[in-house]
Amino acid sequence: MAGLATSLGAGAASNSFDQIEDADTLFIFGSNTSEAHPMISLHVNKAIRRGARIIVADPRRIELAKYADPWLNLKPGTNIALLNGLIHVILEEGLHNRDFIEKRTEGFEELKEAVKGYTPERVEEITGVSKEKLVRAARAYAGAKNAMILYGLGVVEHSSGTENAMAIANLALVCGHIGRPATGIMALRGQNNVQGASDIGPTPTAFTGYQPVTDPAVRAKFEKAWGVANLPSKPGLKSVEMLDEAKKGAFKGLFILAEDPAHTDPDLNHIREALSALEFLVVQDIFPTETTKFAHVILPGASFAEKDGTFTSGERRIQKIRKAIEPVAGMAEWQVVCEISTRMGYPMNYSGPAEVMKEIAGVAPIYGGISYARLEGDGIQWPCPTKDHPGTTTLYQETFARPGGRARFVALEHKGPAETPDAQYPFILITGRRREHYNNGSMTRRVKGIAEMYPEELLEISPADAAKLGIDDGDMVRVVSRRGEIKVKAKVFDRSQEGNVFLSFHHQDALTNILTSPHRDPIAGTPEYKACAVRIEKA
Amino acid sequence: MASKAAAKLIKVVINGKGIDCEEGKTILEVCRRAGIFVPTLCFDERLKPYGACRLCLVEIKGIPRALSSCTTPIQDGMEITTESENLTGLRKTILSLILSNHPNDCMRCEKSGDCALQDLAYMYDVTPVLYEGERWDLPVKDNNPFISFDPKKCILCGRCVNICKEVVLKGAIDMTGRGFHAKPDTAFGKPLDKDNCLFCGQCVSACPTGALVEKPSIGAGRGQSVKRVKTVCSYCGTGCNFYLNVKHGRVIKVTSDYESPVNSGSLCIKGRFGYDFIHHKDRLTTPLIRENDGFRPASWDEALDLVARRFVELKEKYGPEALGAFSSSRCTNEENYLVSKWVRVALGSNNVDNCARI
Repeated sequence: MAGLATSLGAGAASNSFDQIEDADTLFIFGSNTSEAHPMISLHVNKAIRRGARIIVADPRRIELAKYADPWLNLKPGTNIALLNGLIHVILEEGLHNRDFIEKRTEGFEELKEAVKGYTPERVEEITGVSKEKLVRAARAYAGAKNAMILYGLGVVEHSSGTENAMAIANLALVCGHIGRPATGIMALRGQNNVQGASDIGPTPTAFTGYQPVTDPAVRAKFEKAWGVANLPSKPGLKSVEMLDEAKKGAFKGLFILAEDPAHTDPDLNHIREALSALEFLVVQDIFPTETTKFAHVILPGASFAEKDGTFTSGERRIQKIRKAIEPVAGMAEWQVVCEISTRMGYPMNYSGPAEVMKEIAGVAPIYGGISYARLEGDGIQWPCPTKDHPGTTTLYQETFARPGGRARFVALEHKGPAETPDAQYPFILITGRRREHYNNGSMTRRVKGIAEMYPEELLEISPADAAKLGIDDGDMVRVVSRRGEIKVKAKVFDRSQEGNVFLSFHHQDALTNILTSPHRDPIAGTPEYKACAVRIEKA
Repeated sequence: MASKAAAKLIKVVINGKGIDCEEGKTILEVCRRAGIFVPTLCFDERLKPYGACRLCLVEIKGIPRALSSCTTPIQDGMEITTESENLTGLRKTILSLILSNHPNDCMRCEKSGDCALQDLAYMYDVTPVLYEGERWDLPVKDNNPFISFDPKKCILCGRCVNICKEVVLKGAIDMTGRGFHAKPDTAFGKPLDKDNCLFCGQCVSACPTGALVEKPSIGAGRGQSVKRVKTVCSYCGTGCNFYLNVKHGRVIKVTSDYESPVNSGSLCIKGRFGYDFIHHKDRLTTPLIRENDGFRPASWDEALDLVARRFVELKEKYGPEALGAFSSSRCTNEENYLVSKWVRVALGSNNVDNCARI
C-alpha cells in the first residue's frame, strides 16, 4: 500500500463498500472481484442493475468482463503503460479536471511530460489493448459523474506493484475522481485482516498507526507508553529479507505467527532453504502446514471462533470478533505472546484484548477514539481520532493526508514484468485465487463440501493454446518454470487469453509457488505473483 | 445516485398516529421505520418488492379494498390502518391456505423456532387443517453438499429465485411450472452443481420457512437450543458479519446477520459453509517440540519456556538483529500489536513484518 500512501497519504481504500452501489462508473482493475471478494461483487452487481458503466482491465476474461464496456485485455505486467495511455487520451482530449488538479494536487507538469509518449498506438503495441478500446475507456471514465476504481492484487503483485498503484492514483486524480461519496479508489485487500495488520504495524519501518521508527519523537512516545528505554531506531528487515538473510546465515531465530511461507511465498525452493538454515524456528498455526515442517517448536493457534479481538476490513472498518467457543488448544495467540514475553523477562499483563485495544488507541491517532464499548454496533471506520469522532466513511473530502494537504502525481514509465516469455518458456503464468478456497487452503480444504466439489488445482489454458499443444480438458500436464515444475489437470477455458495460463495456490499437493518468480517490487517487497514464464507439457 | 437530492418530506397517518416520512418510500418501509409491525413472508430488504404473499395488506382510507403495503408507494396525507378485524381475517385465510399445502411437521423441521411461517401461524392462531385438498408430495432435492430443498415446505414467496436473480445475478433457480405445479427449480430440474450454482446460500438466507436449509447442519441443533454469536468472517478483507451458531461447545452453523451494513445477510460459499475446519481432526491441540526426525507433544509450560529460553540465548549469541517475527494478517489487531511490541521490546530489533506484502 506504499503506492497509495505516496500519492494520497493513506494506504487504504478511500470509500466504503456500499458506496460502490451509487457509482455511475466502475473501473475494475486487476481484481477478479466475483471470486476474490464475492460480497464486494454484490455491490458491483447492484450498480450494474442500476445501470452503471463497467470498465474492466484484466488479462483474464473474468466474470465481470461480461458486463464490461470495454474489457481492456492487457498483457500481464503492462499496467503502467495502460494507465499512462488512458491519461494520455484524457489530456489529449481535454477531459481532465483542471480545477481539481490546480487546487488539490502537485506534480502535474511532470505527469504530463511522462505520459506524452504513451500514444494509443504505442500503448496498443505494449499492452495488446486496441486503440479504440483505450479511447473508449478513457472517455467513459473521465466523463463519469461518480467513478470508482476497484483494484486488486493484479495491480500490486508485480515487480512494479507500488508504481502500479501510483499510476491508478494518477488516473483518478487527473479526473478529480476522488474525495467524494461514491467517488474514489478501493484497494481490495486479500486476507481478512490485511488492513488491520498494516495499520497496527508489525512492519519493519513503522510503529502502530504508520509512525516511523526512525522518528525520535515517535520512539519517545512508544518508550513512554511501553515503559522501556532505547527502542531500536534502525528499520528492520522485511519478511522476504529475513529469509534472504537466513539463507546467507546471518539471520538465526524466527517466530512465524499464522503464516505459511513454505506454501504461499514465491520460489519455494528458495524459501525451503532459508527456513532450513534457521537455528530456531517457532511456528504457531491451527493446522500442520508446509511451514510447520521446518519448525523446532510448533504452537497450536486458536481460530477466529475461539477468541475476542478486532479485525479491520478493506473499508477501514474496525469490527469486533467474539469468542463463540473455548480455544481448542487452551490458549489464544494473544495469551501466548504475553507468556513468551513475560518468560523472557519483559512482562506483558493484559486482562484481555479490550485492554490491548485501549493501549493501541493511546498510541495510534487513527485509532484514537476506538474502544470495545464503541465497537458493539456496526464497527467504526478509521480515521477516528477521538472518543466522540464518528469515524470516516469517505477519505480526502477536504484535504489529502500528505504534507501540505495536496495529492501528488508521480511520473512513471512502463517497465514490464521482470520475467518475459521466450522460446523455452513461452507462456506467462498468472496466479490468483478461486472463490471456494482461501490462501494456502489449510482451512477450506478441510471443509467437507468444498473438498468434495473443488478438490484439486486446475491449470486454466485457452482453447487455442490447448489445441496447439494437443491438450484436452482434464488431461494431466506438467507446468515447468525456471525454478521447478508441478503436475496438474488442464482446464481448457476461454477465461485465459492466448499465451497466458492461470493457476491458484490453494492446494498442498500442487504447490504453484514452486514455479513463481523470485522478482519483487523494490519498494514494498511484494513478489511478482502475477507473471512468470512457464512451459506446458503433456504429462 | 450519490448526489441525489434529499427526498421530499410528507405527512401520513398510520393507525391514528401522525408520521413524517420521505416521499418515494413504500407503505411497508415507512411502517418498519416507524416500528409498526406488518406481517410479511415474501418481503426481503435486499430485494425489490414482489407482492406475492399478500400478508402485508393494509387498509387505506378512501380505497375500497386492502392493498399490499410492500408494493404501494406512500402518498402525502394517506390514512393507513395496519391492524383490523378485516385484515386479521384476510391474513388468517392466507395463512390457512398456505398451511393447507404444507407438511405442518414443525416437530421435525430444521427451521422450527426460527421460522417466519410458524411465527405467523402462532400469532394469528391458524388451524393447519382448515382447507383439505391435494398436497405436494415431492421429494427433497439435496444432491449437493450444501443446500437441501424440501419443496413440500415451499410457500412460493419467490425470495430464493429473486435473490439469485437480483442480488447474485446468477439465476441458478427460477419459478417453474404453472398453478399447483409451480415451484422454484433449476433449469430442467437438474441438481445444483458447480456449473449452475455458486453455493453462496443466498437462497437459504432468504427462505422464510424450512424449505431451503443448510445441509451440513441438518439435525445439529435449532431454535432456542442454539447460542448465536455475532462475529466477523475470517476469509478475505471484506469484513462480512454473521452469527456462529453454537451447541454443546461446537460451531454447528453460520446464519446471516441481516442488519450488518457490510453484507446485509448475504455471504459467499466460504463465509456460509466454510466453518468445518474449526473442529477438524487435524487441528493442532498441543505444542510440539522437534525431536530426532519428528515431533513430540509437550505441555504449554515446557514449550513456552523453551521458546523464551532459546530466543534469549540467540539474542546473547548473535544480537537482536539476527532475530525477528512474521506476524499475521489472519490474526487480530490486538495480536498483531502484541507481536510487534514483543519483537521491539524483548527481541530488541525492528525485524517484524506481516503477510500484507505476500
